[in-house]
Amino acid sequence: MSQATIDADARPDPLGVGAEHPDYLRADSGLRSWLLTKDHKRIALMYYVSVVLFLGLGGIFALVLRTELLTPEQTFIDANTYNQMFTLHGVTMVWLFLIPSIPTIFGNFVLPIMLGAKDLAFPRINLASYYVFLLSAIILLGAMLAGGADTGWTFYVPYSTTSPTAVTWMGIGIFVNGISSIMTAVNFIVSTHTLRAKGLNWHRMPLFVWALYGTSIIILFATPVLGMSLILVALDHSFGLGLFDPRYGGDPVLYQHLFWFYSHPAVYIMVLPTFGVISEIVCSFSHNPPASYRAIAYSSLGIAFVGFFTWGHHMFVAGLSEFDAGVFGALSMFVAIFSAIKVFTWVATLRGGSISFATPMLYFLWFLFLFVFGGMTGVAVATQSLDVHWHDTYFVVAHFHFIMVGGTLTGFLAAAHYWFPKMFGRLYDERVGLLTSVAVFIGFVFTFLPQFLLGNAGMPRRYFTYPERYQWLNVLSTGGAWLLGVGLLLALLNLIVALKWGKRAGPNPWGSRSFEWITASPPSKHNFEETPDIARSAYEYSLSEEVAHERAKAR
Amino acid sequence: MSAQRLAEQFETLEKQDHAARLGMWMFLGSETLLFGALFAAYAYYRGIYPEEFVQALHHNSVALGTTNTVVLITSSFTVALAVHFVREGKSRLAAGLLAVSTLFGAVFLVVKGIEYTHHIHENALPAGAYSFLDQPPGGVVMGYTLYWFMTGLHGLHVIAGMIMLAAVGVLCWKGRYGAHRNVAVENVGLYWHLVDVVWIFLWPLFYLTD
Repeated sequence: MSQATIDADARPDPLGVGAEHPDYLRADSGLRSWLLTKDHKRIALMYYVSVVLFLGLGGIFALVLRTELLTPEQTFIDANTYNQMFTLHGVTMVWLFLIPSIPTIFGNFVLPIMLGAKDLAFPRINLASYYVFLLSAIILLGAMLAGGADTGWTFYVPYSTTSPTAVTWMGIGIFVNGISSIMTAVNFIVSTHTLRAKGLNWHRMPLFVWALYGTSIIILFATPVLGMSLILVALDHSFGLGLFDPRYGGDPVLYQHLFWFYSHPAVYIMVLPTFGVISEIVCSFSHNPPASYRAIAYSSLGIAFVGFFTWGHHMFVAGLSEFDAGVFGALSMFVAIFSAIKVFTWVATLRGGSISFATPMLYFLWFLFLFVFGGMTGVAVATQSLDVHWHDTYFVVAHFHFIMVGGTLTGFLAAAHYWFPKMFGRLYDERVGLLTSVAVFIGFVFTFLPQFLLGNAGMPRRYFTYPERYQWLNVLSTGGAWLLGVGLLLALLNLIVALKWGKRAGPNPWGSRSFEWITASPPSKHNFEETPDIARSAYEYSLSEEVAHERAKAR
Repeated sequence: MSAQRLAEQFETLEKQDHAARLGMWMFLGSETLLFGALFAAYAYYRGIYPEEFVQALHHNSVALGTTNTVVLITSSFTVALAVHFVREGKSRLAAGLLAVSTLFGAVFLVVKGIEYTHHIHENALPAGAYSFLDQPPGGVVMGYTLYWFMTGLHGLHVIAGMIMLAAVGVLCWKGRYGAHRNVAVENVGLYWHLVDVVWIFLWPLFYLTD
């Protein structure tokens, strides 16, 4: 279309992949071409806008909660509003941000390109999954208007079946959300199996693909169980069917088993994609192949597998026998082994590399700290004796925010910066990027580190008032939350500004060897001018950029 | 025709068909886990209330349950035949067999409806609505609650399967599917086999409890 303007201030193009066709953003125009697109890249952008919106919404809920906790007594909202707010915060963050964010945005965008394919295996299902996702968001947020729910994001029975709030709509919304997840997971798995370019065998694939593959397997097998459990709760709530109601012989603890059978693996649904992002970034910015490709790839599958045998550690105080608790505790710790394999391999990858400290690399450092810290406290709470002390206190809140939010948010931000040039063909302001990254990290640590201390001192979670002796730590935590919020907002602004005014990025601004960088930035509608023929792995840093490119070109 | 059939992201029709089959298997795996949650609940409650479950479910009609098992297995057979004949290019014959399978699905639902009507008359209902045989709450009620949940979910799958069978059957009749284009028929067949297999597990759990 307007090639002249695109090329006008373009960087020299060392790989010689300059677009002969208009990029995917300009390939078609009009609202219709976006809303009905089957292009995985455009669908990724639609997810991007929605998910960032939901992150903002969940963040606002969080700030309301933290501000309420600024003083020991009621600050500015009543207990009922507080209860609904933390339920909405949890539901929005878990199902509308943490779980979908990296796979649906960055997975959707780069997975087919990494495979050397023109699109995912089922483009129509991909588009449908976006609208199903949107429908679930509308149901969940619509439930807010219908009075919300006050049960917490876990919907524990018997309270959730008797609560007068909109539990039914929440259950249905999450079920619908699960359908969207499953559609995406099936698409990723089938694409990885059937759409790899010629010569791209399993051990040449970028590690992000492995991570998404592992994530998809967990989604496929865990999500239906959660969907079923929440539909049962919704039916119980609406019609008093009583599957979990002790009056009719039901057992509330069974619900916990079913819920955590999904929701513990869901933690790995949230962090495995981050592992993939981090693996890409560590290699790209240290210009080094991974210390052990297989260790990183297979430990993703290991986590996916072991994650299914750990759910019982959520029920140590729910009448689990000591033997069962011991078994679940030990099984839970296996996850730490696979995680440690990853951490050591990432760190070892830095050795001998030529490291450039760009924003994504800084997020890698924050991730490393938060993930190791969160993981170590995870081993601690998987120990029955300690868990009994910390159960339902802020210690647990701090732990799962370190892992789930620390892990996924840093991964999300790292990916947002790392793939920004690929997605939009521009570079963001590096100094602002580094600065906002520091703000996010400091804000995060100040929010959640005090909560470990609060929990250990006995402050229970979910309460909206507390004894006065807990106040100074709560003030710290609230201050941290606001800093985190400001940092996130600035990071977003930096990227938005770069959309229009950022410098033009060449096809491979980071000097990466991974396959998404061998095509133009932003890619054309069909990703590649010619279907690639891969004769190397995704991490051949011993080859020069030109030679590496030659070995991934069509022949 | 076949060039048009090939989506741009695939190199060959074989790969495209392979992807469609693989996608269906993945989906079926997921569906299995959907029922898995309920089977787990059944195992758990039956473990707690072994005698009450047997006592309660003893009142289900073995004759009607078994009839439905025969109906479903037969329908699975006709679906398998449809897949066989569409592969041989006999689209019309396959369409006929798909129609017969859909009809068997309807027979299944009618029989199920008769059973449900009996239960409603006897007040063998879930939870608080249960007042059959003046049993104390506990295992007996839970048995019927699970019975309704599990057969109800299965029934929904039968309805979904029938819609798919009918739709594919019509396209088959119109000649859209044939010797070299039959993945849709295969996939609907697979889905119907899942419906059948789930019932084969439900049958002993709810009818042959003695």
